[in-house]
Formats: sequence, structure tokens, C-alpha cells
Amino acid sequence: MTASSSPEYLTVVPEIAGVGPVSAWGLLRLRQQLERGLPLTPRPYQALAELTGLSEQEVMAAIRQWQDQGLIKRFGLVVRHRTLGYTANAMVVWDIPDNQVLNLGRTLARAPFVTLCYQRPRRLPDWPYNLFCMIHGVDRQRVLSQLATLIADQGLEQTPHAVLFSTKAYRQRGGRYVSHD
Amino acid sequence: MSAMTECPETTGEFTEVERTVINRLQTGLPLVHSPYKAVADELGISEQVLLHTLQNLLDRRILTRFGPMFHAGEMGGGLTLAAMRIPEQDFENVAAKVNEFDEVAHNYRREHELNMWFVVATEAPDDIARVIAGIESSTGYPVYNMPKEEEFHVHLHFPV
Repeated sequence: MTASSSPEYLTVVPEIAGVGPVSAWGLLRLRQQLERGLPLTPRPYQALAELTGLSEQEVMAAIRQWQDQGLIKRFGLVVRHRTLGYTANAMVVWDIPDNQVLNLGRTLARAPFVTLCYQRPRRLPDWPYNLFCMIHGVDRQRVLSQLATLIADQGLEQTPHAVLFSTKAYRQRGGRYVSHD
Repeated sequence: MSAMTECPETTGEFTEVERTVINRLQTGLPLVHSPYKAVADELGISEQVLLHTLQNLLDRRILTRFGPMFHAGEMGGGLTLAAMRIPEQDFENVAAKVNEFDEVAHNYRREHELNMWFVVATEAPDDIARVIAGIESSTGYPVYNMPKEEEFHVHLHFPV
């Protein structure tokens, strides 16, 4: 991320709730530091303050505001799920009538084994599916039985769907932007 | 907080402390002056043990990173999911070409007619079209662009 692309968080006046105006450059530096990870020291926010020229209070307020605004999705461990034993990775796609997709998307996202859930455009005639879920599981059989349970629970027996297991990862990069896998 | 109904059989690979730490810290870190101390107290271990355990898991590459996951679209970047249909004999060759693009973040082979799926992430939203056009001209195959229209919130959690 370069300053020249002027993303929204730099062009709006950086007013951070609870602390008032904050240096835009300090916030940019904070974001760059956070992308590398949180320091593993007893006072990590203080350590970030020293690295960015902000105060500890400003660092904490900025992180809180970014979380509230949804700029930060999660603030914790970024796990390598394969290393943890979750090796079965299925993209389950559904063809849902447009007027039902929001409701069903919310429902499917609540299933404990669904790790991502998005509405995306159909690409007719080759791709009729408009709702995408990821299910990560320990093995294929278990993923398929979780899916069968989901279909039965939600009465989706007649809903066209496809299950696309991944068979090989050709590139996996650290989750700077996205954890898609 | 939801948890998956299944846990993989990894009990032999992680110590009890490691499992506790991995499971707890996936749900986040509090915004207090000494957040590791707060979590350590909660788990009944010392702050030093917690920090040491985290560093060790990072060193062993079991964890990629500790910190926030930014939302590319919300931060002013472009982000999409793209797919291609590649004949078997050409697959490895095309995968190599696609992966030459820095903007390609993940590339998976999947069992479907559309058999190559990858994420494109760019610094500006307008760059997505340019990168996809570049991939099409480099490989000679069409790219199906499927950007997010709506995201449904899930609780991502991998218990061990």
C-alpha cells in the first residue's frame, strides 16, 4: 500500500473516536506495522506507539475504530489450518433465486463448519451459482456428512449445488489481505 | 462464539498449553495495556509462558502471523475471486503463468470443469480489470471474474 493511492482512511480527516484528530502518517505507519503482526511483548500497543510516533492511547483507539468500521476483520491468530489438521477444503456453491439469496446466505453462514460465505455474480451459461461457502474439515467424508446435514436441516434437497474440493494449492501467501483458503 | 463440531486428531502434535492458546487466541486479543497478561490470567498460565508459546508456534510456522486480518475491499484495495477452465495437458504451464502475477494471492486446483481458482488482490479497485486482462493475454484462456456482492459474517474458528 503506497500513500499515492490515497485510500479512504487517508483522505478522510483521521478523527479517531475518543482521542480526536490523529496524524494520518502515523495511522499509515500503524497499518503497515500491524500487517507484519502484533509485537510479542508485554505492552504491544506501547511498542506500536514507539514504532509509529503515536501514543499508546491513539494506537488502541485507532485499532478499536478500525474494528468497529469493519476494516479489521479479526484480531487474533492467523492459523495455517492445514498445519492444524484441517486438510479437506471444499468450496460449496449454490444456485439460489435472487430474492432468497440474502436469507439463505445468512443461514448458511451460521453453520459452525462454514468458514466463508459470499454472494457472487453468476456467469451464465457456464456458471449458474451465486452463493459460495467454504467448508474446512479434517477429511472429505466428514465435510460431505456436514454438508448432508446442512442440506437436510435447511430443506435444500432441490437446490442445485456443486462441491469443489481443492486438490492442490499452487500458491498460498500470508494473509495480508485475505484468508480465502 | 461458535466452534466447529469436529476437532482433528491433533492431540499428539500440540501440548495442552499450545492447544489452549491456539483455541483462545483465534477469537481475538483484548484492547488493554497488557493484553497478553489478561489472556494468560484467563487461561491460568503466566504471561511469559503465553508469549513463549506464541513465539514458538510462529517459529515452527504453525501460525502465520499474530495480529489483525485487514479487509482489503474496505481498505481501498481491489479484491476478487477468479476462475479458469484449463485443459489437463496445459494446467501446470498456465498455473505457473498465473502465479507470475504478484496480485494473485491464492491459487487452487479444484475438481470441476472450472478447475483453477485464485484470488486477485490489488492496491486500487480499478486495477482488477487490468490484471485479469493481463492474465487472459498471458495464458490465452478466458478468466471468469466473480467479485463479492455480499459477505455473510461467519465465526472462523479451527479448534485443535
